[in-house]
Amino acid sequence: MQPLIELHGVSKSFGGLKAVAGLTASIPRGEVVGLVGPNGSGKTTALNLITGNLTADSGAIVFDGRNIERQGAHRIARAGIARTFQLVRVMPTMTLAENVAIGAMFGAQPCSPAEAQERALPLLARVGLAARADQRAASLTYIDQKRLELARALAAHPQLLLLDEWLAGLNPTELKDGIALIASLARDGLTIVMVEHVMDAIRALCSRCIVMNAGTKIAEGTPAEALADPDVVKAYLGDDDA
Amino acid sequence: MIARNWTLKDWAFPLVVLGGAALLAPLPAVAGSYWMALLVNILMYSVLATAWALFSGPTHYVSLATAAFFGLGAYTMAFLGEKLPLPLVYPAAALIGAVVATVVGLSTLRLSGVYFVIFTFGLAELVRQLVTWGEAKFGGTVGRFVFIDVNQQGIFWMLLGLLALVLLVGYAIQRSRLGWALRAIGEDETVARHSGIDTTVSKVAVFVVSATFMTVVGAVMAPRWTYIDPSIAFNPIISFQVLIMALLGGAARLYGPILGVVPLAILFEILQANFPNSFSILLGLTFLVIVYFVPNGVVGLIDQGRDKIARAVGRRPHPAE
Repeated sequence: MQPLIELHGVSKSFGGLKAVAGLTASIPRGEVVGLVGPNGSGKTTALNLITGNLTADSGAIVFDGRNIERQGAHRIARAGIARTFQLVRVMPTMTLAENVAIGAMFGAQPCSPAEAQERALPLLARVGLAARADQRAASLTYIDQKRLELARALAAHPQLLLLDEWLAGLNPTELKDGIALIASLARDGLTIVMVEHVMDAIRALCSRCIVMNAGTKIAEGTPAEALADPDVVKAYLGDDDA
Repeated sequence: MIARNWTLKDWAFPLVVLGGAALLAPLPAVAGSYWMALLVNILMYSVLATAWALFSGPTHYVSLATAAFFGLGAYTMAFLGEKLPLPLVYPAAALIGAVVATVVGLSTLRLSGVYFVIFTFGLAELVRQLVTWGEAKFGGTVGRFVFIDVNQQGIFWMLLGLLALVLLVGYAIQRSRLGWALRAIGEDETVARHSGIDTTVSKVAVFVVSATFMTVVGAVMAPRWTYIDPSIAFNPIISFQVLIMALLGGAARLYGPILGVVPLAILFEILQANFPNSFSILLGLTFLVIVYFVPNGVVGLIDQGRDKIARAVGRRPHPAE
């Protein structure tokens, strides 16, 4: 089967820094893929390139058979890619229901404001925030804001969900709930790419794992294989320990 | 199509607007010329401030270009008022305003925050200097007489109609997907884009609607002055007054700016009549006091009061809980 999204030699530099250098990868439909690597290895930049927040200097990104590397962020969102942000971003003075309604209204299955607000409630329930639907997003804790972001992303009816360290900063109970929630999304058939440092979550959720260092892919495989790769150990721990 | 499933609550705002306009319409029959002048002034700023808040309220993009569009409208009347039949001059002004706003919007609305503010201020100055230069070079004179036969009553009714229209248009926008898109842009533009909102198109569309109203107001007001020159028509004080009026009233609600216009227009009138020499100083002090003491505007005070009452009677939970 054709992969849902493919990256062909994608590069992005900021001045002299090559944040992503010739990244090639493909994500099969219906899989949960972990994107891991040391800080500064280009994971978030890769997500920003896929979602159109940044434009690649060179290379091609093919989503669902269409080239999207020159599309604006809004077109990519409508095409079916939704994301959460590493530094959580909610619309602070809007209510939770309104935050999620925005996702529904302009996403892959656009709808009227009235319908969007109806669609929002079951999604808030799914992330455990239904009781607070009428509160302002700014009143939530950091963790709950992350939940809200996920509900907003799901409201867009994406085919591909990109999670940027969505599990970071959770306590053990919250982490367990978070992993269960992502697993349930995967069971629903959603393709998920998760940038994550929580290796337990990667092992629990991901069928495959892509390891990046210095802007390129250095290993790929099941989490056990990829993380045992000598290049990966070297990237994380340095030469002496390899 | 939209109206079919509207409830009584949905009709309340349009009905209040139309009812209010109907109530105010006979005023010229009873008001003397001093009161008419004040009423026309209040209506002019009401339309300008409401139009300003249409765009700047939800998006939080502060525009100082009000004077640019207002002046364009006034100059359209000065140029075309004696060449075209009067009923055609207003649509012509609207068209010119819309075209200029589209060009300006497409070139500037990629700017964010303070850069946008500075640009709009620069734009107003640029247009003023261009008109001055063009008039001196090709017209041989800088000022123009506007002898158009529109009396005070006519201006009053046109402004009243425009005010009703801008409120109704604002109401329609607010309830549409476009209105939601603007609010999302004001909250977090990056999230808005990644949620599928074409932020550029949304911003330009409403900027154009807002600027079109401002331009028509300029065309309506020009005959009242008899004589205009660029420093009158493009006076930057117009931009600042509109901004401070909208902020005093509160740009978060459609009716908010009017709540700021009425007290300030009356205050400015009193100041100008009694302290003509120190008017600018007192204007500046007024701005400072408003920003310092009423940061969320009259609308914010009303909402606060309502929350306090609701909490006192225990009808709704504390918003922070």
